[in-house]
Amino acid sequence: MASSASLAVPADPLSGRGLSMVRRVLLGALVLFAIVFPFVFTNPATTSIAMFTLLYVGASSAWNTFSGFTGYMALGNAVFYGSGAYAFANLASHLHLNGGMGIFALVPVAGLIAGLVALPVGWLALRTRRHTFVVITIAIFFIFQLLAYNLHALTNGSSGMSLPIPPWDAQTYNTYFYLAALVVAVVAVAVAWVVRRSSFGLELLAIRDDEDRALGLGVRTTKVKLATFVLTGFLTGMCGAIYAYYLGSIYPPFAFEAIFDVTIALMAFFGGLGTISGPVIGALILEPVQQYITLRFTAGGFSLIAFGVLFLIVIRFMPEGIVPSLAGVLRRRLRARAEGGASPQSSDSPPPGTTVSAAGVAGGVRS
Amino acid sequence: MGTELSKAVVDGVLTGGVYALMAAGLTLIFGVMEIINIAQGIFVVLAAYLSYVLQVHLGIDPFIGLVFTMPLMFGVGVLIEWGFVRRLKAQNRSALSILVTFAVAIVIEGILTQFFSADLRIIKAWYVDKSVHVFGFYLPYIYLLGFALAVVLLAALYVFLYRSRSGKSIRASVQNRTGAELIGININRVSAITFGIGAAVTAAGGMVFGATNSFNPNSGYDLISRLLVIVVLGGLGSIGGALVAAVAALVIEDVTAVLWSPIWASTMFFAVLVLVLLVRPNGLFGQAAVRAQ
Repeated sequence: MASSASLAVPADPLSGRGLSMVRRVLLGALVLFAIVFPFVFTNPATTSIAMFTLLYVGASSAWNTFSGFTGYMALGNAVFYGSGAYAFANLASHLHLNGGMGIFALVPVAGLIAGLVALPVGWLALRTRRHTFVVITIAIFFIFQLLAYNLHALTNGSSGMSLPIPPWDAQTYNTYFYLAALVVAVVAVAVAWVVRRSSFGLELLAIRDDEDRALGLGVRTTKVKLATFVLTGFLTGMCGAIYAYYLGSIYPPFAFEAIFDVTIALMAFFGGLGTISGPVIGALILEPVQQYITLRFTAGGFSLIAFGVLFLIVIRFMPEGIVPSLAGVLRRRLRARAEGGASPQSSDSPPPGTTVSAAGVAGGVRS
Repeated sequence: MGTELSKAVVDGVLTGGVYALMAAGLTLIFGVMEIINIAQGIFVVLAAYLSYVLQVHLGIDPFIGLVFTMPLMFGVGVLIEWGFVRRLKAQNRSALSILVTFAVAIVIEGILTQFFSADLRIIKAWYVDKSVHVFGFYLPYIYLLGFALAVVLLAALYVFLYRSRSGKSIRASVQNRTGAELIGININRVSAITFGIGAAVTAAGGMVFGATNSFNPNSGYDLISRLLVIVVLGGLGSIGGALVAAVAALVIEDVTAVLWSPIWASTMFFAVLVLVLLVRPNGLFGQAAVRAQ
C-alpha cells in the first residue's frame, strides 16, 4: 500500500502535462520566496549576487528558448545583452531622464531595440547551419564589440557612457534592481514555458530533430527560427538594460563580453539543455559560485583558473544536465520499484527512494 | 598612394601566411574530429610565451627554439585531447567540445596570467627590427622568415597528410569516421595525433606571432575570433582554403587601413566573412553537403 501511494507523487512531474496542484503550490512558494528574499537577506553583497543570478536566469533561459529548442548553438548572445545595455543608456541620456523607478519602463523598450538588432543578425546567421552557425555568431559578436569601440555617436567609444544615478540609499539600492531582474527572469521563463507548450515549440523541436524533414512536413523553418531568435534577442536585451543601469556606466568590454556568451550556454547545459527548469537551475547554482570566485580571487589568474576548472568539472560530470540526469535516476528507481512491487522483498522500501522522489518533485516544479 | 597600397598588399600576403600557419591546426582538428578548438587562440599565445622564455632565460634563438616548442606543444595537444575531448559523450559532442576547449583556454590564460602578469611582451631578435630592401619595399626580415616558415610547414603538413601512412589514416577519418574505424583505423589514436599536430604547427605560428605582435595572456580572444573567421571563410576542414582565406582577409584588412581608416580595418576583417557567407554559406572551399545531425 505504502509503495503505491509514494508512486503517485513522483510519477506526476515526469508525465509533465499541465500543472498539478502540488506543483502550483510549490511554484507559488518559490516565486514568493524570490520576492521576499531581498527583504530577508538585506546584506548588499548578497542581494548583488542574487540580482546577477536572476539576470543570468533570464539570459540563460532566453538562450535555451532558441538554442536548446532548435539545436542551433548560438555563441553570440552578448550582442543582444550589449545592444540592450547601450540602447538603455542612449534612451536615458537622450530623453534626459533622472534616475529612479520610472526609468525601468525603458527596459522593455531597450529589449525591443535588441530584438530589432537580432533581426538582421538572425537573418544572416541562420543562412548557415551547425558549426558554421556557431562560428558566425561568434564572428558577429566580435563585429559588435568592435563597433562598440568605433561608433562614437552611439557608444562614446572606449570612454564609455554613464547612466542616471538612482536616488536610493545604499541599504535598499540593490532591492529595486533585484525586483526588476526578477520580473525579467520570470518573463523569460514564462516565455520559454509558453513556447514549449505551443505548436510553435513543437516546430522548434522538429527542427532540432531533423530540419530537412521538418521543412518537408510543412514547418516554415526559416520563419520559425528567426522569430525565436528575435524573441531571444528581446529577452536578453532586457537583461542587458538592467545590467547597464545597475553598473551606472557601460564600456564596450563589459557590454560585449565573450565569457557571457559561453556562461549562459554552460548554465543551460548544466541544468539540462532544452528543458525549462534546466537553465534556471543551472544559473541558480553556477552564477553564485562564479560571483564567489570573482570576490574570493580578485587578483591575477586564479579566478580564471578557478572558472575554467569549474567549467571542466561541470562538463565532465554533468554531460546531460541536472534535470535530465535526475529524471533518469528517478525513472530507473520507479521502474525498479514497479518491477519489484510483485516480489515480496519490496515491502520494506528504503528511505533513500523517497528523498530522490522529493528532489524530483522540486526539480519538476520549476519546469 | 600607389606605393602605400602595394605595400599594404605585400604586408597582407606576408602576415596572411603567418595567420594561415596559426589557423592550420584549427581547420585540421575540425576536419578530422568535427570539433571547434576554441583553445587554438591561447595555443598561439602559449607558444609565443614558450619561445619568449627559451630566448630570454636560455638565450635560444626563437627559430631554433621550435625544436623544443613544437614537440612540447604536440604533447599539450595530445594531453588535452586525451584528458578532455575524448571523454565527451557522442550526444551534443560538437557543442560540448566548444565549451570544453573554451574552459581549457580559460585555465591556460589563468596560468599564463599567474606566471607572466598581464604585461605586454614581444619576442626580440636581430631579424625582428632589421628590414631588407626588395623591389622598392622595406620588408622586415621576420615577416619574410615567418612567411617562409609558414610555406615550409604547410607544405610539410601537406606531404604528411598525403604521403604518409598516418596521414592516410587521418584523411580516411576526415572522409568517413565510421568507415575508417571499420577498416581498422584507431580513431582515438588518430584524434590524439591530429590534436598534437594541430598544436605543434601552432607552436611555429605562435613564435612568429610573438615576434611580430606584442602579446599578453588576453591576446587569445582576438586571435581565436580571427582564426575562426579564416577557417570558416576558407571552408571548415580545408587547409588550402585557410591559406587563401588568411591571405585574402589580411590583404583586405591592410588595404582598408590605407584606403579608409585603420580604425575600421579590423571590422572589415569580420565583415568580409559576413559578405562571403551571404553568397556562399559554406565558405570559399567548403563542401556543399550538410551532413545529417
